[in-house]
Amino acid sequence: MDIQLNCPVPLRHDTIQMAHGGGGRMMRELLESVLLPAFRSEALDTRHDAAVLALEGSRLAFTTDTYVVRPRFFPGGDIGELAVYGTVNDLAMAGARPLYLSVGMVLEEGYPIEELRRVAASMKAAADRCGVSIVTGDTKVVDRGKGDGLYINTAGIGAVPAGLSVGPRHVRPGDAVLVSGDVGRHGVAVMSVREGIAFTTPVESDCGPLHGLVGALLGGGVVPSCLRDATRGGLAAVLNEIATDAAVGVEVHEADIPVIAGVEGACELLGLDPYYVACEGRMVAFVPGDAAERALAVLHATPGGEGASRIGTVTEKGPGTVILRTRLGTRRILDLLSGEQLPRIC
Amino acid sequence: MRFVDEYRNAAAARPWIEAIRALVTRPWAIMEVCGGQTHSIVRFGIDELLPPEIRLIHGPGCPVCVTPVELVDKAVAIASRPEVIFCSFGDMLRVPGSASDLLEVKSRGGDVRIVYSPLDALKVAGDNPGRKVVFFAVGFETTAPANAMAVAEARRRGLGNFSVLVSHVLVPPALEAVLSSPQRQVDGLLAAGHVCAIMGTGEYAPLARRHRVPIVVTAFEPLDLLQGIHMVVKQLEEGRHEVENQYDRLVRPEGNLPARELIREVFQVKDRAWRGIGVIPMSGLGLREAYAAFDAERIFDVEGVGGPESPDCRSGLVLQGIIRPQECPAFGSPCTPDHPLGATMVSNEGACAAYYRYRRHTPA
Repeated sequence: MDIQLNCPVPLRHDTIQMAHGGGGRMMRELLESVLLPAFRSEALDTRHDAAVLALEGSRLAFTTDTYVVRPRFFPGGDIGELAVYGTVNDLAMAGARPLYLSVGMVLEEGYPIEELRRVAASMKAAADRCGVSIVTGDTKVVDRGKGDGLYINTAGIGAVPAGLSVGPRHVRPGDAVLVSGDVGRHGVAVMSVREGIAFTTPVESDCGPLHGLVGALLGGGVVPSCLRDATRGGLAAVLNEIATDAAVGVEVHEADIPVIAGVEGACELLGLDPYYVACEGRMVAFVPGDAAERALAVLHATPGGEGASRIGTVTEKGPGTVILRTRLGTRRILDLLSGEQLPRIC
Repeated sequence: MRFVDEYRNAAAARPWIEAIRALVTRPWAIMEVCGGQTHSIVRFGIDELLPPEIRLIHGPGCPVCVTPVELVDKAVAIASRPEVIFCSFGDMLRVPGSASDLLEVKSRGGDVRIVYSPLDALKVAGDNPGRKVVFFAVGFETTAPANAMAVAEARRRGLGNFSVLVSHVLVPPALEAVLSSPQRQVDGLLAAGHVCAIMGTGEYAPLARRHRVPIVVTAFEPLDLLQGIHMVVKQLEEGRHEVENQYDRLVRPEGNLPARELIREVFQVKDRAWRGIGVIPMSGLGLREAYAAFDAERIFDVEGVGGPESPDCRSGLVLQGIIRPQECPAFGSPCTPDHPLGATMVSNEGACAAYYRYRRHTPA
């Protein structure tokens, strides 16, 4: 007899809300109460960006993600690049060298083929840049009004170096927390186009691949405890997920977290917190404390890692909690968001 | 970031903290009126930097928090109608009504849109002549001029499909209520800088005189707040009770005269219910009769719509500075940002949300 041991957390809503996809607490609740109990598998339970699977002596990383972005073209990138880099990055976060991608597309009736050509070319260029091949795919067309032009799913396979294992369960107190560059750019770039808000300093998305940085770290002799790319929910979501999954505390310093002026200004204006705004080309690396300096030096010398910074340390205090040391020297919680960030009245 | 970083500088903050310490000889309770100030205080931990004699009390200045539950219910009812495009500032969407909120209406298929200005809503109305576009005109004196402008512009352009659901509240009558309460705990006030930028400081002198309370118009950044607190404490220690202006880089005594004129043209002062507090006489704005054609409450006939507030929510006491968020029995459980019982837990500027988000459990 199949006994259900997981007790699903009761959900507040009986229909899907936008915040269920926002990378915050509601998304985590949805996964924990509906999908993970339904799918139950050891690989899913590792709560990592990609599953690492043993296959006749070799170890493969396997991951999938679906890309729904409005607008499809934004400053610094487009949905096609995003769909390639996103999946490549998820593989890289498991320490894998990305090899093959599949592409599934849901196209809405009436979607211009010329735009599809542009997206496809962009995907191919991104794949070439990452050294991955697009080897299989699928297209479906839905009635006009039943989609948003184009949705893309990509799945990817990569090879994991022998003996390498990174993930939340390896994180220990004393580990250093590094971020590969400034945070919050992608969300602000997309928002500036979507909402028609013009900023004096235009912000470009950070959309880009991270496998080069991971390769450089490993090549430089740094074995990270855990890697995670900051996407929806931003830096704060990543730190909270790792703190919870690894049952450790994390303390980060506001003064050390890089945020460019354009992002900070836009967030001030809209009443948003840049630590919760999405990135698409930023890695958070947990590395043993004694390897932190070397790791930073390697990142600084690698394209895409010039702006890397040590932002904090893993602690034993308050498992599951992320503490932010403010610029004024006080401490506060950097929590997981409840829903989506909403711009304020005044 | 120019003009912001300067006001968050730790080295520049230190002398102000020392100066406050040097001044204080006895306990004082200071209320910051505005929710933006509350969030700054908790986000930057300013209260932790102050000497223990200074107690900061959080005031009623969050327009999202004080919008009455029945008006949220009316918004939900109007937004649920198929012919309506309901436009609102983002932070009103998650505020719980008695049974639902605007985000739920959206997930059920209602056309609910976030806008950044009432003029954006006006544009939506111009672009959708076959639909009825309603803007949720919420806020203190700060947002009233832009909302008034949207209504005046709609009339000028003859936009018959545009209307506003008005929930404007005014700060001075609320302060009068707080200061004249028998449960009053407040010795000094930090007035809301942005409100005074519109309205000026004239309305505060009688309050300061009548209630013998120093009032310092204060901005929102850490250095502003420390300087404002210093000015209040100095008055208290010297036995003065005057209106002073910390935010003189923006606030003029007379305020913004064209903006005030626009408010007067479109709105009239009326009694208003404040969520958790109740009706405060002459504490809000409603559309003048000349603009009745743009009043969503009349157009959609939502008279009588509205259920009760949660009996477990103590947000009214929090808004009046009578209890602190964590003194509410529901704080943290069952009331959380995921399951808010009241608006102070859900709003970006609500005191309960600030404490939940930044202070819930800081390990030593």
